[in-house]
Amino acid sequence: MEKRNHKAWLYLLPAILFLGFFMVYPLIDVFIYSFEEGYNFASQTYFGTGTYNYSYVLRDPYFLQAIKNTFILVIITVPVSTGLALLISVALSSVKPLRNLYQTVYFLPYVTNTLAVGLVFMILFKKTAYTDGMINLILNWFGGSSVDFIDGPYWAKMLVLCVYTIWVVMPFKILILTSALASVNQTYYNAARVDGTSKLRIFTKITLPMISPMLFYLIITGFIGAFKAYSDAVALFGTNLNAAEMNTIVGYIYDMLYGDSGGYPSYASAAAIILFAIVLTITCINLLVSKKHVHY
Amino acid sequence: MKIVLQNLTKKFPSRNRKSHEDVVAVGDFTFEIPDGKLIGLLGPSGCGKSTTLNLICGLIKPTSGKIFFGDNDVTELPPENRGVGMVFQNYALYPHLTVKQNILFPLENLKGKDKLSKTEMESRALEAARLVQIDDLMERKPSELSGGQQQRVAIARALVKMPHVLLLDEPLSNLDARLRLQTREEIRKIQRKTKITTIFVTHDQEEAMSISDMIVVMKDGIVQQIGKPQEVYDNPVNLFVAKFLGTPPINAFDGKIENQTLYVGEDAVMDAKGVLDQEVAVGIRPEGFILQENGPLCCKLNRVEVMGRDISIVSTHGAFTGTAIRSIVDAEHSRHATGEYVHFALKPKKVLVFNKETQERIYINGNQHT
Amino acid sequence: MENQMDYIKIEKSARLRQKVRNIAAYLFLTFWAVIVLFPFYWMLLTSVKSYGSYNGEHVPRLFTTSPTLENYREAFTAVPLEKYITNTVIFTLVTTALMLVVITLAAFAFARLDFRGKNLVFTLFLALMMIPTELVVITNFTTITNLDMRNTFAGLILPSVTSVFYIYLLKENFEQVPDELYRAAKVDGTSDLKYLYKVLMPICKPTLVTVAILKIIECWNLYVWPRLITDDPNYFLVSNGIQEIRENGFGRDNIPAMMAAVVVISVPLIVLFLIFRKKIMAGVSRGGTKG
Repeated sequence: MEKRNHKAWLYLLPAILFLGFFMVYPLIDVFIYSFEEGYNFASQTYFGTGTYNYSYVLRDPYFLQAIKNTFILVIITVPVSTGLALLISVALSSVKPLRNLYQTVYFLPYVTNTLAVGLVFMILFKKTAYTDGMINLILNWFGGSSVDFIDGPYWAKMLVLCVYTIWVVMPFKILILTSALASVNQTYYNAARVDGTSKLRIFTKITLPMISPMLFYLIITGFIGAFKAYSDAVALFGTNLNAAEMNTIVGYIYDMLYGDSGGYPSYASAAAIILFAIVLTITCINLLVSKKHVHY
Repeated sequence: MKIVLQNLTKKFPSRNRKSHEDVVAVGDFTFEIPDGKLIGLLGPSGCGKSTTLNLICGLIKPTSGKIFFGDNDVTELPPENRGVGMVFQNYALYPHLTVKQNILFPLENLKGKDKLSKTEMESRALEAARLVQIDDLMERKPSELSGGQQQRVAIARALVKMPHVLLLDEPLSNLDARLRLQTREEIRKIQRKTKITTIFVTHDQEEAMSISDMIVVMKDGIVQQIGKPQEVYDNPVNLFVAKFLGTPPINAFDGKIENQTLYVGEDAVMDAKGVLDQEVAVGIRPEGFILQENGPLCCKLNRVEVMGRDISIVSTHGAFTGTAIRSIVDAEHSRHATGEYVHFALKPKKVLVFNKETQERIYINGNQHT
Repeated sequence: MENQMDYIKIEKSARLRQKVRNIAAYLFLTFWAVIVLFPFYWMLLTSVKSYGSYNGEHVPRLFTTSPTLENYREAFTAVPLEKYITNTVIFTLVTTALMLVVITLAAFAFARLDFRGKNLVFTLFLALMMIPTELVVITNFTTITNLDMRNTFAGLILPSVTSVFYIYLLKENFEQVPDELYRAAKVDGTSDLKYLYKVLMPICKPTLVTVAILKIIECWNLYVWPRLITDDPNYFLVSNGIQEIRENGFGRDNIPAMMAAVVVISVPLIVLFLIFRKKIMAGVSRGGTKG
């Protein structure tokens, strides 16, 4: 027994070493960093401990901008992408021929490099000296005037960011919702049809409650994912997000850590912990709300 | 309401890639179901009985043939307009709704001139719940109910909209044995009370025989026989129906007819006047045996099981096609069942003779189909 | 008789409604398919337009009459695209291989071996799943910097060779293999390691393959960590490479060449996806998120 005991730990050793070194230790360390004031990266010294890092970050206009951007992004993309994915999944489940083909196509964005395809989006939306870009061309067809979505007004940039974020997160949501819809027992629908239930009522009274756990799972992961948005913004607006007014909280953390304005791991840590607190709060609120509306 | 099925046929495309022949789930089903009767659709699994039920309620469309409710052709009508109530095999109770909400569900679907007021709905739901005696469970969720209670809720939900036709798909298969007996009586009672034409599907012949006004025996999508339970039992038209009905099942032997005499193996058991010489299959009901010291059928005795009033004799015979012959005789005769062999005389009405090839019934000695 | 007429009317309208619904569904689905596919089409199209013709189009054209592969030559010569791809391939393969070893050993210990504190350790592992990378990346960055491992493969690879989620997934799968097989192997004198290698891993190959593919996708698209840890283009992965190309490569306006690079970067994963479509989609629906 003693020998087996010994061996089991040997099997676990690599995992424990890696996790300890790259997950557990940093997790403790980040809290320590966030309270060390005036930390100097080169000499690895600091003046004292306190909450100065937090108050600095909370007063930093770049951070406030990042918070604003992130919240707008979350508030727009989570409901829109979840709703759209639900619509698409329902439509997908109602047809038979070509369903596999559509599913395959819809999943494509999942396996593409966010940075690479972001570049394509940038080109589609960008207005340059040579051309107004494809999207502006379509806008013009419908009588709109051209806007530079990449270097133009704030709302235009935010719109592109939302559009791209939605495009990127849709595959996962469609996949989860179509399999949730497929797992609803067909007899419920048969029973409802025999009872003369209208399609709308079947959807609201049977389908939605039945898939509500999965829908709720998507909303939670959607919130968490959107709060961590970063690479989509980099893909569209380049690495200097502060200049473009398009930085996100995660972007702010990385910029503080490394980059043109980098070298402040203490500020980065404080910002990361603030982000974590926000995400935790929102998730808890979600869980509370779900108790009332989700049928398990 | 009277239901008429006219040459009803349903074919499904074959899943087997090599043969492109369609699978016939229901073939050329013609039957007039009289108003207010309880009909049992009976057959082994995969025989097309559930498909027939789905055709009647409209969840699937027939390949050909017609369905009439009363005088109306409903063949192409979607299920919601047919006015049928259906109880599904797994009950299909909505798990997120309470019993009451489940029963109210069909009523809330009504539109236009059929629309009911809130109080009317409530009273109809309560009435239906009372009928199946679940009116004290109205606020529970289906997951908090026993199998039998769920079954009743499903029936109440089917009845609440006062359907012309009630369809039950294997209504008892998810219940344990004791509950099954009780519930089938319940279904019978409710059907008598409401006088709704009711069709139910089962693979359990005992269930079908015990409560149906008429039974329909199906095999491989083809109707084998339709009739009152006792008639079908006494006079099956072929070996399949004979074997399918009755517990313990009928004992099937290889036999022949020679010189107007029926032989089981080499034992001449009965006269068979006016029948040509041929190889036959002989089915003898367990209750068709009479213990008799010089009886014509000689079997090797295995054991005797005492069942109280009756005894069950287990024996073997060279021409028997199964593993052990079961015969049920009066306990008074048990004294004959000793030694290595037993001898039986047979009750002619309980001996059924079938063509060896077609398995169709051969009627002998005026034992006529009625 | 009037009743009969009613029935016919009901049938007709029901059939019509069904048809309308079907058409609407297909229109909607096709609309979304176009939105999904359009960027892919656009990058392919742009990558075969010549520099001159692309910049000559004030109104972008939806097709080209004179496709050219010139941009692809440009993508491989003017910027170190080949280097980026080689780096990414090395990074992806080494990370995935190391991870498979680490998680298989750990999952085996949790699934099959008994030791004191097993439940506690497993619970702690699960708790780690909740930790967002953003919280730990800061210290990891400092650690790797202090260890002088910036701009090395070791620095890139080491922090991502464990995944608690995949350990969990694999453990569940290992536990489905009947106990009898383990006991039989023990009776035959098979060592634990040999049992793992000869019995468990072949049986659980489908899950291992799924995990490997998901990890490959994740590695190929990794951006943040390599950006923090590399500033020498010799160690750039494709994501950083494409960002570098965008900001400094080709001269700013050679968009066709940029698109050629984007196509080259995107194709391997799309091919992988088309081959393992079912596995990937099943794996992701079991609990992946865009990593």
